Amino acid sequence: MCTMIVQKVPVEGFGRGSDGWFDMNQANVSWDHPFHAPEEHALNIDFVNESYGPGARVAVELSFEGARQLVETIQAVLGEAEDRGLIGE
Amino acid sequence: MYTTDQYEGMLAETVAIRGGDGVRVLAYCARPLGEGPFPGVVLIHHMPGWDEWYREATRRFAHHGYVAISPNLYERFGHGSPEDVAAAVRADGGVPDDQAVADLEASMHFLRALPFVNGKVGVFGTCSGGRHAVLVASRVSGFDAVVDCWGGGVVMPDDQLTPQRPVAPIDYTADLNCPVLGLFGAEDHSPTTDEVAVHEEALKRQGKEFEFHMYEGAGHGFFYYHRPSYRQAQAVDGWDKIWAFLGQKLSN
Repeated sequence: MCTMIVQKVPVEGFGRGSDGWFDMNQANVSWDHPFHAPEEHALNIDFVNESYGPGARVAVELSFEGARQLVETIQAVLGEAEDRGLIGE
Repeated sequence: MYTTDQYEGMLAETVAIRGGDGVRVLAYCARPLGEGPFPGVVLIHHMPGWDEWYREATRRFAHHGYVAISPNLYERFGHGSPEDVAAAVRADGGVPDDQAVADLEASMHFLRALPFVNGKVGVFGTCSGGRHAVLVASRVSGFDAVVDCWGGGVVMPDDQLTPQRPVAPIDYTADLNCPVLGLFGAEDHSPTTDEVAVHEEALKRQGKEFEFHMYEGAGHGFFYYHRPSYRQAQAVDGWDKIWAFLGQKLSN
């Protein structure tokens, strides 16, 4: 919240939190202070389901380069799956 | 100054106050044992939440002779690990300024009601808490000194104003009625040296009492010994400046 660079996006899926798997419904993406990464700022993604309380969270804290690479990799993997007709089976 | 033959005792515990909207807000309170009277300090936690560092800092103030209280500004986001709760707050762009100010005002009144407080109350904050410290001391009367440690967002361009943070704290400078100690790192990205200079200029223009220290070789959060941002020499000097400043401003 120091940078105020944050966005929420609906994401359906499942995440494994401290109490096991849960159905997540949102990703909170920010460029802000991380809790663990040894940097002043990081690309933070929290996969959450707010209805279960603050503990329903799967967190990652990525470097700028790592986050860019992840985005490109996800796009590439999804593209290949589409090309092979594996989406919406 | 403490001596080895001196008795020392401390009481530190979780207490509850009523926030500005009447909601129960937990707070961590630490005080030296004895009749006092002791000066009071409200500690405002940083963006990573109401965490272990802030409990330690609260006890540190008690060790130095202050009745210290640190309210949980994230109370309304539920309870869990400090990181999980802070992550939820981060996703919402922080707590609303009005709510934080009300909770901090309630904390100040909690201290003022205690029979062993000497009638002087300061406010200390780091990171977002530094910003909140400047903000509450500008909007609420009853504080006698402010310690702003690297509070980002005191200076805010219009495009950074949000429903939670609708007014930049610097815009309340004319209403600030107590002295300010500011500690900053020259390598910080928020606040930058330029932003600190703008704040300094506003304080000068309004004729306010303040002292700012810009530490070379330090960035954001240089007191945090558990983070790579820790800078030993600058942190030691910064704490010394805090004790000297509050010792002067909050004594009777």
